[in-house]
Amino acid sequence: MGSPLIHARGLTKRFGEFTAVDGIDFDVAPGEAFGFLGPNGAGKSSTMRMIGCVSPPSGGTLRILGKDPVREGSEIRARLGVVPQADTLDNELTVQENLVIYGRYFGLSRAEVRRRAAELLDFVQLSERATSKVEPLSGGMKRRLTIARALVNEPELILLDEPTTGLDPQARHLVWDRLFRLKQRGATLVLTTHYMDEAEQLCDRLVIMDNGKIAEEGSPLELIRRLSTREVVELRFPSDPPEIEPGTFNGQVARVETLPDRLLLYTDDGDALVPVAHERLRPQSVLVRRSTLEDVFLRLTGRTLVE
Amino acid sequence: MSYALRSYEYWLTVYRRVWRGTVASSVLNPVLYLAAMGVGLGSIVQKNQLGIPYLDYVAPGLLAAVGMQVASIESSFPVRGAIRWNRQYYAMLATPLRVGDLVTGHLMYVSTRVFVAVSLYLAAVTAFGAVHSPFALFCVPVCVLVGLAFAAPISGLSAWAEEEVFNPLFRFAVTPMFLFSGTFFPVERIPVPLRWLAYVTPLWHGVDLCRHLTLGTPTPLNTVGHLAYLLAWVVAGVWIARVAYRKRLVT
Repeated sequence: MGSPLIHARGLTKRFGEFTAVDGIDFDVAPGEAFGFLGPNGAGKSSTMRMIGCVSPPSGGTLRILGKDPVREGSEIRARLGVVPQADTLDNELTVQENLVIYGRYFGLSRAEVRRRAAELLDFVQLSERATSKVEPLSGGMKRRLTIARALVNEPELILLDEPTTGLDPQARHLVWDRLFRLKQRGATLVLTTHYMDEAEQLCDRLVIMDNGKIAEEGSPLELIRRLSTREVVELRFPSDPPEIEPGTFNGQVARVETLPDRLLLYTDDGDALVPVAHERLRPQSVLVRRSTLEDVFLRLTGRTLVE
Repeated sequence: MSYALRSYEYWLTVYRRVWRGTVASSVLNPVLYLAAMGVGLGSIVQKNQLGIPYLDYVAPGLLAAVGMQVASIESSFPVRGAIRWNRQYYAMLATPLRVGDLVTGHLMYVSTRVFVAVSLYLAAVTAFGAVHSPFALFCVPVCVLVGLAFAAPISGLSAWAEEEVFNPLFRFAVTPMFLFSGTFFPVERIPVPLRWLAYVTPLWHGVDLCRHLTLGTPTPLNTVGHLAYLLAWVVAGVWIARVAYRKRLVT
């Protein structure tokens, strides 16, 4: 492992009285896909903006590519690719013009930026729309254009703030597919998400954030192993679920979570638990599934990710 | 400076889509104004009141006023748009560009717009026979300076304001200045306390300077005084704009 591309210790961001990021530590190594998982307001975007050198930290240490984001922000940004949460495309300009002007911000020659634009539009499957205005494009297409744009300077580090929020499932999969290819090529990705499936698919390693703090850190699989059981039995009820203790099931259930419309029973053998649960609790329906990061998050914070 | 040029290039790219319309109105407007104010209204204004034909009096005033108007418009809605609508300033700040480059790049674009509009206006003024000295050519850079004296603080205001403030800005600041800063009649006709208000505006300084230039009567002291005053507005305005942009964009 080379020296980290991002190094943060006690990183803090305050807005007046409000502490958005509360003294977090993390490192991101070259070639890694690193994720910040957490609900809205957890401090993910504030962290991303500090990494993107557009928001000076209120405290702690932050080094990006070995440099200081406050004093050397411009030099650092020259080597970053940023996909912001809200699109910053010019709707009146064409797809191609948006890419070219963005490449020019990095000081690329017109010829060079045109060549790269053609390649990148091909990569994000937008070549046919090159001369169309951005305005009528779908949300998924705009996202892909934003991703292409972020790659125009051949960045060493790519920052993606909620890359698929607001996209329909098909568009999300297309974006994931492109990000996965970037990962295969050895790009370093840092992303925030409140979708646990996104984090599981894309991240080698992630931190779970809540209330500006890091609650846990590890690979998706590690976190699930460490903090949840292998399987989950979900019981749905027509009205409020009954209150039960884990002990009710003779050690078969490690933990119980009560949600408004269902009970989650954490167990290592779901199939063995189903008949027992059926008999005792008479649920409307039963589902056995594998544990996910959502369950890890629930365990850590008592809340679901997407509310 | 080279980073500011990159931001300037964005504004030119946007302008390329709309330039035809702005050139058409930049040609039509002076013709209409000079015909109505200079020739029409001028025919009933007695020459001995001003010592010169009214057309000669009003034409340089309009020239400076156009510098103000174009600059004010180009530093209000476009700046708000780059922050709130297409969020292009945020796109720029994700690249090597810095806040100061955004301010400078935008003011370079405003200067270009004023340069084009005033050059066309000056051509019309010349065609109407209201130019009496080659000094008149200096009206173009003077009007660019007038434009910057407005554009710099207004772009700061556009970045700083939470609510849209352009209606009151144009209604209570830009339009009254257009009418009362010596454009159509001497400010000496305004009662004393209010007259000082006219002297404070950058526009009056631009109007008086342009008038001396088209009439061929500039004096060193007057010229330097006006230029220094306009420059002071630009310097203060750029400082305001940089603070306001930073407060809005770097949080």
